[in-house]
Amino acid sequence: MDAHVAWLFTVSVLNAMTPILLTALGEILAERAGIVNIGLEGIIMLGALFGVMAAEAAHGPLPGLLAGLAVGALIGLLHAWLTAYLRGDHIIPGVGINTLALGLVPFMLIVYWHSAGQHQVPDYARVPRVAGISPVTVFAIALAPIMWWILFRTSWGLAVRSVGENPEAADTVGIRVERTQAIATIIGASLAGLAGAYMSLDWLATITKEIAAGRGFIALALVVFSNWDPVRALGGAALFGFFDVLREWVKIMPSVKAVVPDTLLNTIPYLVTLAAVAGVLGKVRPPRHVGQPYKRE
Amino acid sequence: MGETNEPRRTERLPEWLVEGLLRLGESAIALIVGLAIGAIIMYVTGYDAWLAYKSLFGNSFLDSYGFTITLSYAAPIMLTGITFAVGVRAGLFNIGAEGQLYMGALGAVIVGWLAWRIGILDSVLGVLVAYTFGVLLAITWAYIAAILKVKRGVHEVVSTIMLNWIAFWIVEYFRVYLIYNPSDPSKTISMPPHARLPLLVPDTELSAALIVAIAFTLYTYYLLWYTVTGYELRASGLNPLAARYAGIKPEKAMITSFIVGGIASGLAGAGEVLGRPPHYAITTGLSNLYGLGFDGITVALIGANHPVGIIFSAILVGALKAGSRYMQIAAGVPLEMVRVVEGIIIVALAVPGTLRMVREYLRRRRELAELEKR
Repeated sequence: MDAHVAWLFTVSVLNAMTPILLTALGEILAERAGIVNIGLEGIIMLGALFGVMAAEAAHGPLPGLLAGLAVGALIGLLHAWLTAYLRGDHIIPGVGINTLALGLVPFMLIVYWHSAGQHQVPDYARVPRVAGISPVTVFAIALAPIMWWILFRTSWGLAVRSVGENPEAADTVGIRVERTQAIATIIGASLAGLAGAYMSLDWLATITKEIAAGRGFIALALVVFSNWDPVRALGGAALFGFFDVLREWVKIMPSVKAVVPDTLLNTIPYLVTLAAVAGVLGKVRPPRHVGQPYKRE
Repeated sequence: MGETNEPRRTERLPEWLVEGLLRLGESAIALIVGLAIGAIIMYVTGYDAWLAYKSLFGNSFLDSYGFTITLSYAAPIMLTGITFAVGVRAGLFNIGAEGQLYMGALGAVIVGWLAWRIGILDSVLGVLVAYTFGVLLAITWAYIAAILKVKRGVHEVVSTIMLNWIAFWIVEYFRVYLIYNPSDPSKTISMPPHARLPLLVPDTELSAALIVAIAFTLYTYYLLWYTVTGYELRASGLNPLAARYAGIKPEKAMITSFIVGGIASGLAGAGEVLGRPPHYAITTGLSNLYGLGFDGITVALIGANHPVGIIFSAILVGALKAGSRYMQIAAGVPLEMVRVVEGIIIVALAVPGTLRMVREYLRRRRELAELEKR
């Protein structure tokens, strides 16, 4: 493999790992505060959808990325209201958001662009790249150590972690449990929305009804795989990105194509995810109070 | 005046009935919220929401042919609803019905492929073998998630979604390379004519798959509330620690729940292949199966995860699915709108105890009023 091909492969891996990394970092923050959000898949889809709509309307990519963030933040706000304040179930709202997105994306593709299935993003709405690398990728990679620093070196990070570990104790020392959880959830969900906008406006330059293709759930798996550690998530995302790209690359190799059909190669990222979560799990430990509503005595 | 009579009347009703009625009320509110927000979205995007809903419900409930389609859609989603509900009863979020349904359908089509070669299978026997093989594949699929959960602690939401995608591509592989239809590239080979479920109403899509669905749903009701296995399953779901102290193994209950769920989804998938004209097959991109597993989650949540509730909520969601075709024709609204409404219904159902909060608020207000009178 010559240097040019190696470089192309590296860029592809960076492209593929960016949305998973952003989503996983957001979810690590939320789960450290004790809130599980399985609606990430739907948030990615809606972020991708409204990202394109905003970027086309404003004739530029930046409003699109911001729209992705905003959509995520709004859904995060809804999720935080249902889980942190009303103390409802953590899983059901996520299921609802995923179902909603599954319907709204193809619906809007037809209504807004009169196209069944997919819409190509015009060049003026695409995120510009420097040396082939997206600024969103740079942001995502830089965010991993920043998120680690916030969680483990700032007082707000300590508050987040204590709320997720032991909300009663956190409450006793005067930490506002619900507010901390809400902020963590909103930031977390907005990163998933940004991941979606990145996919449609930058990486794929198209919006399809199956744009997320399970990446929201792969990110959930990555959260576990990383042991709720943002820096480990960076390594994990690179691993997932690698296998995602490997699948696409071996699919077009004639020698592989003759032996293994492309339909079966498509299962690679999902098999790797299952193997990763099943294989290393003995060592990880979730925040103690994750996914449980906090009921004050 | 109603307000003063109400508390005495509710006190006389048994607690389970009050709870049931409250839950029914919550589902009704969620349904109304879902339809209302759906109407707003249609209005904003320039559609006639009134015409859309009129054609949707008018055809799916009031038209006799439309109602048979409603019931034909109720059959698979009733079963995938059971998959989710039995999971919740054991404390699990098994959202793997989608993949298990794919595997059930695949098993049936493989038997159909054999039946074209082995004459004896082109009969009622073929139907039974197809159901059995489909269910076995679906159980296998559910069992993987069960083992990952019990032995490795893998959260079932992650494992079942991954298994759904893997199942999707495996079925696509079979469709393209092994059980393809030589005369029609848009679908797999069909079930041979005698190895199909009989239609309940001639010239409709309503087959005996509905009877299978209702029978299995009622069986899970019996299983959950009238057997030791079901008691252990529910006890583990309510409080795994307490169940363990009582000598129940929550792990065993989880595995049971996954297997029962696998059977239900397998029956659903095989039933779609064995009993849905005109294809009696799996179509390209699994388009005739896609979403039936996820619809089950909506069905289970609206039906309060109770088999009896699920029968009725499956008919309701089945009507949404059946009516969406008419809505698309009459009002031009893309049929995906129905899934948007479903999503909003689920989110609305996630608002905890709406009616309980209302009841609590009314009780407090009444007590305050009585205090003021003194």
